[in-house]
Amino acid sequence: MTAYLKLDHIDKVFTRGAATTEVLKDINLTIEEGEYVSIIGHSGCGKSTLLNIIAGLTRATTGGVLLENREVNSPGPDRAVVFQNHSLLPWLTVYENVKLGVDKVFAKTKSRAERDAWVMHNLSLVQMAHARDKRPSEISGGMKQRVGIARALAMEPKVLLLDEPFGALDALTRAHLQDSVMALHQKLGNTILMITHDVDEAVLLSDRIVMMTNGPSARIGEVLDVPLARPRKRLELATNAAYLKCRQRVLEFLYERHRFVEAA
Amino acid sequence: MNMTATKIEVETATPAATAAPVVALMPKRPPRTEAYARMVRETAVRVIPPLVVIALLTLIWELVCRRAGSALPPPSKVFKDTKELILDPFFDNGGIDKGLFWHLSASLQRVAFGYSLSAIAGIALGVLVGQSVWAMRGLDPLFQVLRTIPPLAWLPLSLAAFRDGQPSAIFVIFITSIWPIIINTAVGIRNIPQDYRNVAAVVQLNPLEFFAKIMIPAAAPYIFTGLRIGIGLSWLAIVAAEMLIGGVGIGFFIWDAWNSSHISEIILALFYVGIIGFVLDRLIAGLGKVVTRGTAQN
Ligand SMILES: Nc1ncnc2c1ncn2[C@@H]1O[C@H](COP(=O)(O)OP(=O)(O)O)[C@@H](O)[C@H]1O
Ligand SMILES: [Mg+2]
Repeated sequence: MTAYLKLDHIDKVFTRGAATTEVLKDINLTIEEGEYVSIIGHSGCGKSTLLNIIAGLTRATTGGVLLENREVNSPGPDRAVVFQNHSLLPWLTVYENVKLGVDKVFAKTKSRAERDAWVMHNLSLVQMAHARDKRPSEISGGMKQRVGIARALAMEPKVLLLDEPFGALDALTRAHLQDSVMALHQKLGNTILMITHDVDEAVLLSDRIVMMTNGPSARIGEVLDVPLARPRKRLELATNAAYLKCRQRVLEFLYERHRFVEAA
Repeated sequence: MNMTATKIEVETATPAATAAPVVALMPKRPPRTEAYARMVRETAVRVIPPLVVIALLTLIWELVCRRAGSALPPPSKVFKDTKELILDPFFDNGGIDKGLFWHLSASLQRVAFGYSLSAIAGIALGVLVGQSVWAMRGLDPLFQVLRTIPPLAWLPLSLAAFRDGQPSAIFVIFITSIWPIIINTAVGIRNIPQDYRNVAAVVQLNPLEFFAKIMIPAAAPYIFTGLRIGIGLSWLAIVAAEMLIGGVGIGFFIWDAWNSSHISEIILALFYVGIIGFVLDRLIAGLGKVVTRGTAQN
């Protein structure tokens, strides 16, 4: 297996005054180019912390992240993030939000007109071109998340990092966006690492599912291959044996072997 | 309030008118007139009660002060005494014998100058204090003490330092209005959501871009709160400072009127001072509303 993105013995310890909490313990993972990997685990186990380490927004206590065999430890557009709560800048329009990243990343390689076209192209990819002049407060939650995805895609990242991108959306909107992301992955072939706590979402979208044990000192408990052909259709999968088996495996992991103690 | 409502109306109307074909305009007509009718109603609701109160208060004032031997003139006498000042605010007989327009504009110029300085310095210091934990620890206690010093207490010191009335007055405005600007800006900077910082980090904005594109817009609602308190304090300070410094300016006009026992002129001047203070406050509030459009909602 060729390692495109490699997480190498990552530990993370938070220190607050005298108190220290070990959140992540010895995380090892390799991801291939074009792969769609989900990380699933109970709330508070350290998923966002892991994603932030990959994004370079948090430093690992020990261990590191290798992207194409080069260590990355500071944030950059090659690892664009779609944040949990969209994080669009409310004083900018939809267009300007996407443009912010594009202007920086393609400052030297694209002309002004090309950058403009590129922003519009990426807004069209997520069906948001019509809202280019709207402000984030004027569009729905699902639309905001679409713009967040466009902003990340427009930076042409090597790895797209999604932190529970659909967590705050209603079920219908979520299904719609999941289909969009699947279609984009199919079309553009991005390498995607997505955090989720939704079992169906993980199985539907991923090539592999990384299951994390409960914190503190969360580890990778199990990695599951999802042997489903693409393109996938959610309706057909509902009765697919392989799909149901994967779903069962993840459910067993989360609710039997690594029950969320506080929720009990 | 009503001014902004009209503005929004205009803003949304223009693109619709240019983009939509002629047919689309037809059904838009009735709601428009309805909207205007509603606006008129809302304006009336807001304007009529204060007018009634003002009329009643004026009436009471007239009745109380009309009696012979009253210390203060009734409104009718105020109007009679100051009619010339009201009708001709632009006369200029040299020295300080000028129309009210010249006094007010001299005061406003001082405020504009001192307040601009304090806005620039206040925002800069606020950013510093909000950004850096050490600047915060070092400077905040100092600010908290200095900001409680009354404006006029600074005047003798600044007269000693500058040896001239004009820069002293401007300094008093500066030093009075800067504290709320610093403190509010610092709070705004400290409250920038981590999310926005993360976005900036992923996009790799440099410090200058971060300042212009994230920091200032994100903190703008707080900054404008500080600016609004600041403009009020500036106006308070200038009127008081001018009384002591003399020369052309509404503050000294009041003092001069008192020395010549022109009580009616004092009342007229107070009226103008109040109106202008109100307009300055609305101006900054309106500017804030335009600039922070969008930001405030999140
Ligand atoms: N900056 C921090 N300082 C201290 N503890 C933190 C910090 N960030 C996260 N944690 C802790 O790390 C754990 C994992 O958090 P997080 O990665 O957000 O979980 P998840 O995304 O899986 O819900 C939590 O217990 C949280 O309290
Ligand atoms: Mg999280």
